[in-house]
Amino acid sequence: MAVKVLVPTPLQKFTNNEATIEASGGNITELIDALETSFPGIKSKICDESGKPRRFINFYVNSEDIRFMDNENTALSDGDEVSIVPAVAGG
Amino acid sequence: MERYKAMTQAIATQPKSSSATFTKLVSKEGGHEYDLLPINICEHTFAPLEVQYDYDAIRRQVSRESIAAGPNSIWRYRPFLPVATDNVIDVGTGMTPLVRSTRLARRLGLKNLYIKNDAVNMPTLSFKDRVVSVALTRARELGFTTVSCASTGNLANSTAAIAAHAGLECCVFIPSDLEAGKILGTLVYNPTVIAVKGNYDQVNRLCSEVANTKGWGFVNINLRPYYSEGSKTLAFEVAEQLGWKLPDHIVAPIASGSLYTKICKGFQEFVKVGLVEDKPVRYSGAQAEGCSPVAQAFKEGRDFVTPVKPNTIAKSIAIGNPADGIYALEQARKTNGHIESVTDPEIIAGMKLLAETEGIFTETAGGTTIAVLKKLAEAGKIDPEETTVVYITGNGLKTQEAIQGYIGEPLTIDAKLDSFERAWERAQTLDRVDWQQVLV
Repeated sequence: MAVKVLVPTPLQKFTNNEATIEASGGNITELIDALETSFPGIKSKICDESGKPRRFINFYVNSEDIRFMDNENTALSDGDEVSIVPAVAGG
Repeated sequence: MERYKAMTQAIATQPKSSSATFTKLVSKEGGHEYDLLPINICEHTFAPLEVQYDYDAIRRQVSRESIAAGPNSIWRYRPFLPVATDNVIDVGTGMTPLVRSTRLARRLGLKNLYIKNDAVNMPTLSFKDRVVSVALTRARELGFTTVSCASTGNLANSTAAIAAHAGLECCVFIPSDLEAGKILGTLVYNPTVIAVKGNYDQVNRLCSEVANTKGWGFVNINLRPYYSEGSKTLAFEVAEQLGWKLPDHIVAPIASGSLYTKICKGFQEFVKVGLVEDKPVRYSGAQAEGCSPVAQAFKEGRDFVTPVKPNTIAKSIAIGNPADGIYALEQARKTNGHIESVTDPEIIAGMKLLAETEGIFTETAGGTTIAVLKKLAEAGKIDPEETTVVYITGNGLKTQEAIQGYIGEPLTIDAKLDSFERAWERAQTLDRVDWQQVLV
């Protein structure tokens, strides 16, 4: 599944300073692996030692937090927009 | 990092004070250190960054006397705030009343209750003027000419007003369903207002994406480490107004958890530099049941916060994914405090209770805090003898929709004495509360 990924500033050094990239994957876990193949080193930034996304990383698929869907197993479709947002700010 | 440095190369150097006391940004997880740039996230753990200070330098600069002789605003505590310039944006923010409560205290069976009344904070009638004054002063010294924020209303009011005063361009993002008073109270300062179809968490996520692409100073994103320090002044003022003493117990609202945790940091800093004596302070937090991710985690004994979708009239504290939620949890547990939630009807009752007993008209966030104070007092979780400070953070005139229909109507009469006599007689026939209920 070809999806658009919005990359936060701290991860853009892995993506040649690109804020938006194209990637593929049937779900979030597969997408992270695909990102690692294209941009080596990025997975260890996104995930902790157990391979799960770090607790301060948030994934949104078409603006919806994956914690309201199926977490890392959230399915992706062609044309979806996946946003990676670290340490939500606000307040 | 190079990117951030490039961003700030255009910094127009402001007159700097030789007495700057803040030294670096430090990650709240892992302790990685960063230069004092417009960044809010650790590159290693993605945790929030926090400003660190040289407390020896602060100790050399401040005394009770030097603070008391300072401006009648938050800037009397400047050595504790992360700005390097002497040219601060001072719009008279802070030094709001600390009211000794008698009637509300009696109603709740408390003997030493104080109300910190930021419903009358200047210039936009909420505690947000404190954090924005700090953030925009820092934004200006970092060279930003446009400032922005993701807001539930009060922050938009404050950012727009203080940006207007400082001559900064301003673009604010709000959820499209905000209360009318908060939208009008932003538009009047003539910023660009973007009303996003979605809740605050969606606005916040969008702003994080916008912040990646625009070279703007987002007060609660890339300037958040500096911005959030402004909330410490809520602690500094209370300690000073109590006669340079710490309270025993505070009750404050929890939205992102930033204000709640910064009050603690403020008291600890005063202890650290010797301005007040150390003593245990209990920290209790208030959330609306329709958006209570931190209260739920507290109740269930969890050390993580699960995001929720907000559904409450207390929109100003309706943050479903609170950035500092885990730190708020930790603080409540460590200090023997409580984090409680209350329903929307309890929030309305809280607003009315504060107004009727103390003459303070607060917004829904304040109603939430008063309702939680009541709940804790009734459950015996506040010792009547404790010096307890409850924080009222916003003004009721901004959220009139919330209580319209719950406070009765005027008795409309002809301009004749006998009309008045009849109306007065009617008003006396029922207890005031019953009378209101009849009208409702």
